Amino acid sequence: MPDDQQQKIFETPLYPYERSQDQDAETAVRHPVVIVGAGPVGLAAAIDLARQDVPVVVLDDNDKVSFGSRAICFAKRQLEILDRLGCGEEMVRKGVTWNLGKVFFDERRIFDFNLLPEEGHKRPAFINLQQYHFEKYLVDRVRALQAEGKPVEIRGLNRITHLADHADHVRLDVDTPEGPYKLEADWLIACDGAASPIRGMMGLDFVGRVFEDNFLIADVVMEADFPTERWFWFDPPFNRGQSALLHKQPDNVWRIDLQLGWDIDKEEEKKPEKVIPRLREMLGEEARFELEWVSIYTFQCRRMEKFRHGRVVFAGDSAHQVSPFGARGANSGIQDAENLVWKLKLVLDGKAPERLLDSYDAERVYGADENILNSSRSTDFITPKSETSRIFRDAVLDLAEENDFARPLVNSGRLSVPCTYDGGPLNGADAPGLPPRTRPGAPASDAPTGEGWLMDRLGDRFQLLAIGVEVPDTVEADGIAAHALRVAPDADPLLAERYLGAAPGAVYLMRPDQHVAARWTDFDEAAVHAALRQATGRA
Amino acid sequence: MSTLITTPNIDDADGFYADLLALHEGRDKAESDAINARLILVLANHIGDREVLSQAMEAAQAAGHHD
Ligand SMILES: Cc1cc2nc3c(=O)[nH]c(=O)nc-3n(C[C@H](O)[C@H](O)[C@H](O)COP(=O)(O)OP(=O)(O)OC[C@H]3O[C@@H](n4cnc5c(N)ncnc54)[C@H](O)[C@@H]3O)c2cc1C
Repeated sequence: MPDDQQQKIFETPLYPYERSQDQDAETAVRHPVVIVGAGPVGLAAAIDLARQDVPVVVLDDNDKVSFGSRAICFAKRQLEILDRLGCGEEMVRKGVTWNLGKVFFDERRIFDFNLLPEEGHKRPAFINLQQYHFEKYLVDRVRALQAEGKPVEIRGLNRITHLADHADHVRLDVDTPEGPYKLEADWLIACDGAASPIRGMMGLDFVGRVFEDNFLIADVVMEADFPTERWFWFDPPFNRGQSALLHKQPDNVWRIDLQLGWDIDKEEEKKPEKVIPRLREMLGEEARFELEWVSIYTFQCRRMEKFRHGRVVFAGDSAHQVSPFGARGANSGIQDAENLVWKLKLVLDGKAPERLLDSYDAERVYGADENILNSSRSTDFITPKSETSRIFRDAVLDLAEENDFARPLVNSGRLSVPCTYDGGPLNGADAPGLPPRTRPGAPASDAPTGEGWLMDRLGDRFQLLAIGVEVPDTVEADGIAAHALRVAPDADPLLAERYLGAAPGAVYLMRPDQHVAARWTDFDEAAVHAALRQATGRA
Repeated sequence: MSTLITTPNIDDADGFYADLLALHEGRDKAESDAINARLILVLANHIGDREVLSQAMEAAQAAGHHD
């Protein structure tokens, strides 16, 4: 079985229960923001708020990292967000960076792919890192912020048992090892996972599609000289009629997914005496491995109809759930947090109207739909649901061996990329002729600027990215300022390709979450004012 | 934007049809189904244009509706 170190990370409390002053207060203490759930999403939101001096309390009914085999792939956009939160570097250093993959069909290796990310980005297309490491780094970051005196608290073994939504605040009943207490929040962020008790308490629906299939997910510790690649099998001899995946994680841990089909005995399939021979067949008789964790999952794609309900805002798996093919769960949840936090801060500071938060709903529902679409398509390819869909799937795979053209049709999970909020309520002007990839609503594309990476220079405030156009140091509209970030148009050809196209210069209004709000080919103060108002819900 | 060609466009229509049948000669249903699926994919890639492909799917579906 796993060595002590691995065992320890699951068993050591990360945020052990401690009595809080709130438990001894005469009347319920009110906090500006309470987050329920210290998973990846709740922690990311808490860090972002605390960094910006918004007091935040995180409650979790557990006190440890998430159990077992969960997320392993973290995509470039999330790494950029983590950089902004101050913990990207550790994760990239610990994580496994890879870009090669192999696809097998039956007994044949049908093709290799190189997912070579484009040049000119600070961060790789993605890294593999166990979710428990990911969460641990986030908690470390919270501890560092606390040491700097930032207003953030994680309360372990604090379970929400009841919630009452009043017009301008939320009242919570919290249970602890020392008994219950009450708490109030101006705003509540529900990051309490796919089974969200808060959703249940509020009687809200979570509808979508269940994929009638079971997957055995095993993490094994193995000293193997398999290359650092993603191997995906369709219909392999060791798992006939089903699929399989092998992917490397740090610390010699390997992720194995085996599709099992629908009518199986889950308890039976999970037993080591059943699992080990299966893995032996897959990895070869010589492979020496130990099981770290084995679980069986059924996947679903579903979302809430709306993510904002008055003073309660849902983020992450509580709001939407996807199958893991394409690594869009935690990744999109981190984007939820990032989308929400700057808006919530402006509302709390009285600088933007509450309806700015409705744009969170609009933009992230749009993002969730895109993720659900991609993840459903991958699942439909991997696990064909009818005879005809299997015939087409196999036809694609047979063709792919000899024909390049068929390879893009092979869908064993698409790389998670952030969505562009096309038609989003905060988007302002666009200028014809500028490159489509940086249109309003798009996340910033990284590029070298001659003075470091663009991503490192974009902060978490409104910025006026001026490339070869004169702009003032700040432009202000109704108390919200956009700060100039000047870059030379000839600083780097990749920057020009991504932000200028054929234009000699451009001005981009960047949102605090590094999405493009509006853009022009010259500077017009009145136009920037209008775009700032649009981007803050005041248009 | 291109549109699907719906007027006769195959040289030697009888010859093409004979080739199509010959392709399936002596095959069982599973083999034939697989060949048909591959053929659709090869042709679809040759066409490429998503608009034309949508029209083709529409045309294939509509022709089967007799009620
Ligand atoms: C096999 C598998 C593979 C995956 N692979 C990937 C991947 O490669 N990439 C990726 O991005 N995603 C992946 N995911 C998805 C990812 O694990 C989830 O999307 C992610 O954990 C969601 O984070 P969250 O913070 O929203 O919720 P969770 O991580 O579920 O956290 C919810 C938290 O809320 C707490 N809580 C619940 N109820 C209460 C209550 N009443 N009171 C207080 N606290 C409460 C829980 O204790 C928990 O800590 C995978 C998932 C699985 C199962």
